[in-house]
Amino acid sequence: MATSLRIKDTWAEQRLFLRRAVLSGLLVFGLSTLVVGRLAQLQIAQYDYFSAQSQGNRIRVQPTPPQRGLIFDRNGEVLAENVPSYQLELTPEQVPDVEDTLIRLAAAGLIEADELQEIRSLIASHRRFDAVPIRTRLSDETVARFAVQRPRFPGVEIRARLTRSYRLGPAIAHAIGYVGGISAQDRRELDESDYAGTSLVGKVGIERSYEDALHGDVGHAEVLVNARGRQMQVLDSDAPVPGRDLVLTLDAETQLAAWEALGGRRGAVVAIDPRNGEVLALISAPAYDPNAISSGLTRKAFRALQEDPDRPLFNRALRGAYPPGSTIKPILGLAGLTRDAIDPDRQVYCVGFFQLPGKSHRYRDWKRGGHGLVDMHDAIAESCDVYFYELADELGINRMAEFLRRFGLGATTGIDVPGEKFGLVPDPQWKRATFSRREDQPWYPGETVIAGIGQGYLLATPLQLAHATATIAARGERFQPTLMKGYRLSGSGATTAGEPTRLPRVGVDNDSDWDRIISAMNAVLQSDRGTARAVGMDAPFTMAGKSGTAQVFTVAQDEEYDSEEIEERMRDHALFIAFAPLEAPRIAVAVIIENGESGSRVAAPVARAVMETYLGSTL
Amino acid sequence: MSVIADSRRSADVPGLARILAGLHLDGLLLTSLAAVMAIGLLALYSSVGQNTWLVVNQVTRMGAALVAMLALAQIDPAWLRRVSPWIYGAGLGLLVMVLLSGDVGKGAQRWLDLGVRFQPSEIMKLGVPMMLAWLLHDRPLPPSFGMIITSLVLVLAPVALIALQPDLGTAIMITASGAAVIFLAGIGAWYMIGAATVALVSLPALWYFVMHEYQKKRVLTLFDPDSDPLGAGYHIIQSKIAIGSGGLFGKGWLNGTQSQLEFLPERSTDFIFAVIGEEFGLMGALAVLLIYLLIVGRGLYIAATAQDTFGRLLAGSISLTFFFYAFVNTAMVTGLLPVVGVPLPLISFGGTSMVTLLAGFGILMSIQTHRKLLAR
Repeated sequence: MATSLRIKDTWAEQRLFLRRAVLSGLLVFGLSTLVVGRLAQLQIAQYDYFSAQSQGNRIRVQPTPPQRGLIFDRNGEVLAENVPSYQLELTPEQVPDVEDTLIRLAAAGLIEADELQEIRSLIASHRRFDAVPIRTRLSDETVARFAVQRPRFPGVEIRARLTRSYRLGPAIAHAIGYVGGISAQDRRELDESDYAGTSLVGKVGIERSYEDALHGDVGHAEVLVNARGRQMQVLDSDAPVPGRDLVLTLDAETQLAAWEALGGRRGAVVAIDPRNGEVLALISAPAYDPNAISSGLTRKAFRALQEDPDRPLFNRALRGAYPPGSTIKPILGLAGLTRDAIDPDRQVYCVGFFQLPGKSHRYRDWKRGGHGLVDMHDAIAESCDVYFYELADELGINRMAEFLRRFGLGATTGIDVPGEKFGLVPDPQWKRATFSRREDQPWYPGETVIAGIGQGYLLATPLQLAHATATIAARGERFQPTLMKGYRLSGSGATTAGEPTRLPRVGVDNDSDWDRIISAMNAVLQSDRGTARAVGMDAPFTMAGKSGTAQVFTVAQDEEYDSEEIEERMRDHALFIAFAPLEAPRIAVAVIIENGESGSRVAAPVARAVMETYLGSTL
Repeated sequence: MSVIADSRRSADVPGLARILAGLHLDGLLLTSLAAVMAIGLLALYSSVGQNTWLVVNQVTRMGAALVAMLALAQIDPAWLRRVSPWIYGAGLGLLVMVLLSGDVGKGAQRWLDLGVRFQPSEIMKLGVPMMLAWLLHDRPLPPSFGMIITSLVLVLAPVALIALQPDLGTAIMITASGAAVIFLAGIGAWYMIGAATVALVSLPALWYFVMHEYQKKRVLTLFDPDSDPLGAGYHIIQSKIAIGSGGLFGKGWLNGTQSQLEFLPERSTDFIFAVIGEEFGLMGALAVLLIYLLIVGRGLYIAATAQDTFGRLLAGSISLTFFFYAFVNTAMVTGLLPVVGVPLPLISFGGTSMVTLLAGFGILMSIQTHRKLLAR
């Protein structure tokens, strides 16, 4: 055999193989040691770390939202409650084809076709196994219609959820407000962790100002979840604390009476108990339906509310600033007495107009030909303008303004409903600061004159007028208006009592000054010459009041030209303030009816209806 | 009849051993395999959420695999040696067919439907080492340069076809089984150094031209799982949490939160070792590793004491490949190696690999039990 051809040496090959097998064994041992070392590293050295990781993986803390507190009126009647309502919910995980299902639901009229885009993004923002509400507040008819077609829509279900319900509807809307979905802006103001799991938050009114108490405290449940976040088991939980039940100072019956007395006209009514500042009624009309708005209006419906020329979302009672007109006269009369500007028994001869010395401009009285000889009593009862032009001229604007502010005009009253406006008590300093053009800045004597009958720059909200009226009724005692009587205790049903907040008293030189003014105001309603005698003469109780008529000097900015409409909106506002009974006043009211023309004819009957309802029910 | 004889020990040992010997089975190997499969069934029952049907399914598969093992144990290695080239050739042909007309499973073409669906790559797990052992059995060892080149071609041809499917895990394991034969055949140290150098140099080429994007991602996430915690890194992060949180003694059977609450992906297949680590702790994981080592050790012993070159090379390759399965899987699950689709041998839920593995052990048993009395 040639040397190039190797002979197979079995013995040598066997030894070679054995060496390789041993080498393999060592390799196997080495690699195994590597894995064992790694296991020891993970399971012994890093055990604590991975143990914590696995805990964090599987336990989630889920919030349990509390039930919102109820709202009662002063007599225990429910004003706001939580009622179950039906909503259509879609669970994407269980739906074979979401898009197809949505289109078929729309075709069946179960969801709105023009909301499809919003629903799609709503679904996209939820997890696949979450039930997404695609339509809220279903009518019984819709529920029935869906029930029939249910097999066609796997993964779509009807669920009962708690929603907010306001029995009095629009009549109470501007006092209580409403709740709504938590917006991005709400989120900035709220404690996120408290609202985890809660879907509704107070937006305006009492629902907002007492949000903290109404909301309650969120509870938590420690739940075991799987990798997809699905809840498997509840490990531990602390129950939520339900929101506190509020008892308001409102009287539902009086509130409804005021709403009905307004009869659909634009305006506001505020009634206050002069003894403690409790607000008995607070109405702004027109209003919206708080039930509809709380369950979530479509964008279109909400825009319709916003663009309504009657502005149903605008709270006139707190935010509407109106010239008070002649309703300011009792306070100015009191100012004249206190400042010794005028002798109450001095008589002024009213010829139907007033002229400043050396000026030709005539400031007219509402009554052509004038009232003849009048003292302060007559001037208030008959609402003589000339008397008050002269009084204003003698007092001067600074003294007038100072006295008006004592009654809370020109400042917020501090009521516990957000959004209140200041109104305006003008004086020369204000005018300098406000107007940019130099020629507009000086204060003219004529501006003092018209301020004497509550015209010009002077502005007051219905709430401020009611507060000022209550102050007259209480002879200078002032209380911060409030809607909050207390919390209803869950056990006894009793109400926690709060002390009324006193405000600085209006002091006068002589207590008989109050008698004079109140007697004059009584004469407005219950004397032969009073401007509102038609309303007051036959009343079963004594009362005092003052009518007012405010000129509207801005034309409403209607986009459509409608001569009748514009004409209606240029008419004067009708105002009336009143309180009763005379001997021990328990209710003070301010009424304003926009473009109502006559305070004594249009606004006074509303004031009387409110007082009569309240006094009638509490006699 | 003097050339044909039963096992050496059949004459001395009565009872059970006699029965095993009659069936051409190896007692130690059989016991170890049964132990691993038993642990595997426990882990499986837990990881599939106590779904008995799936466990029965796996038991059925084990039964079929055991039958395959028993059948192969009866075949004389000499006969096996003669058919080796035919098996290899048939396997190669089927691999080509897969690429031309294969069914797609989990995004990769691996399955061939010939009445029964199966993966031809499984045949090659045994076909490649058999072919190489056949090639080298009557040639002088260590193998010549020409033989080495021939062997490499015989290994890389099926590996290339499998890598194209793509099935990186199987391709690697078949390469390993071929490499084991060549190594055991006594290839010189310089060849090995050379091969290692070539492999290192070709890594960049492999990275840029052969590996798929998902494969690259798996490699990258090995080094930094947190770079993609919900994607490619998710498997390895959850697997490490499962094993690490198991601690020394584990959370207890059926009590692994990672597996029971479905945080651990692929928990009944490729990642079942993490379930064992979580529920049985370090002790359980070590027990499994120990049994694997016992099996590999017995395999190497059978190889070392085999009577001819074919038996030695084949038995050695089958044992080492089995170990590599176990090593690659456990190293992958513990985050030492990138995630490649290699199941934990005899434990992971699933099809053909169980049959192939036990068939391999059938061959080992055949080699051990079909001994001829040789004159030295």
